[in-house]
Amino acid sequence: MSEPGLNHFLILGALLFTCGVVCMATKRNAIGVLMGVELVLNGATVNFVGFARFNPTFEIEGQIFALFVIVLAAAEAAVALAIVLNFYNNHLTVDVDTAEDLKG
Amino acid sequence: MDLTTFLFYVLAALTGFSAIGVVVTQNIVRAAAWLLFALAGTAGIFFLLGADFVGATQLLVYVGGTLVLVVFGVMLTAQGPFINLRISAIEWAVAAGVGLVLFGVLAVAVWPATTPVYWTDKDAHRDLASSAILGESLLGIEKATPWWRARHYSDPAPRPGSRERKDITALSVNGIDRPRTRVAYLLPFEIVSVHLLVVLIGAAYLARAKRRRTDVEQLS
Repeated sequence: MSEPGLNHFLILGALLFTCGVVCMATKRNAIGVLMGVELVLNGATVNFVGFARFNPTFEIEGQIFALFVIVLAAAEAAVALAIVLNFYNNHLTVDVDTAEDLKG
Repeated sequence: MDLTTFLFYVLAALTGFSAIGVVVTQNIVRAAAWLLFALAGTAGIFFLLGADFVGATQLLVYVGGTLVLVVFGVMLTAQGPFINLRISAIEWAVAAGVGLVLFGVLAVAVWPATTPVYWTDKDAHRDLASSAILGESLLGIEKATPWWRARHYSDPAPRPGSRERKDITALSVNGIDRPRTRVAYLLPFEIVSVHLLVVLIGAAYLARAKRRRTDVEQLS
């Protein structure tokens, strides 16, 4: 096991990203899809902080971008949950496969 | 194997395993629990990387705020059949194949990233920018902008592989050296805060208690 370098953190970010994408694709529960989005954003944040650690010219920017990602993820989760709750109130289900009101 | 290496592998295993757990579990309540461990493991990775403030923010905002919001959503909607919504085995196979291919592509793409490693040399425990510097750069205070730092904290002995500092400090325009435009984050910070306020008001408006549509139809 070698000592962790930048690419180890990038691999971890890629793993989180992939898990998030697969989670978004496979979950039928709307809140499960939301969890996939959270995982994707976390993978991106790991990449940002990894570059902040290993690239001296990106030291502050990496952390600032990570902070912005965290704040925007909080905003996104709030809106998405409000929409899910509204959908649940109207349709009495959270199954995204039944959301076909706009189907032509 | 020193302590940081050991901690990295432990935290990475925890994070990756929990992320996979979020994907494979069919129970939405268990997925929320796996997500908690994945986010907490990511915060540990941030602490390991020396980004104390980002790690603390991750714990406070993500684990403490966003995840509680998600758990509330699960609690409000998890009734009977919605706890276990299953998909067919064929869909699982396709999703697993696509996921493996995607991960393979990403891994092959990022593995040759050969930025020099300062993990174990004597410089290893240098801190990342502290939270004070982060706050100053968010406020646009001059000391925290990259060109100021580059000019005043120029390394006597630059690390191997670090870019030449000189090219950051000055930008030659028409033969005259002038400082680069300051990079500060006051405006993005302000936009993000107003955005968060607007979004939270909008979310409260969207999710407010309403009559069900059937009740309205019966009344009218």
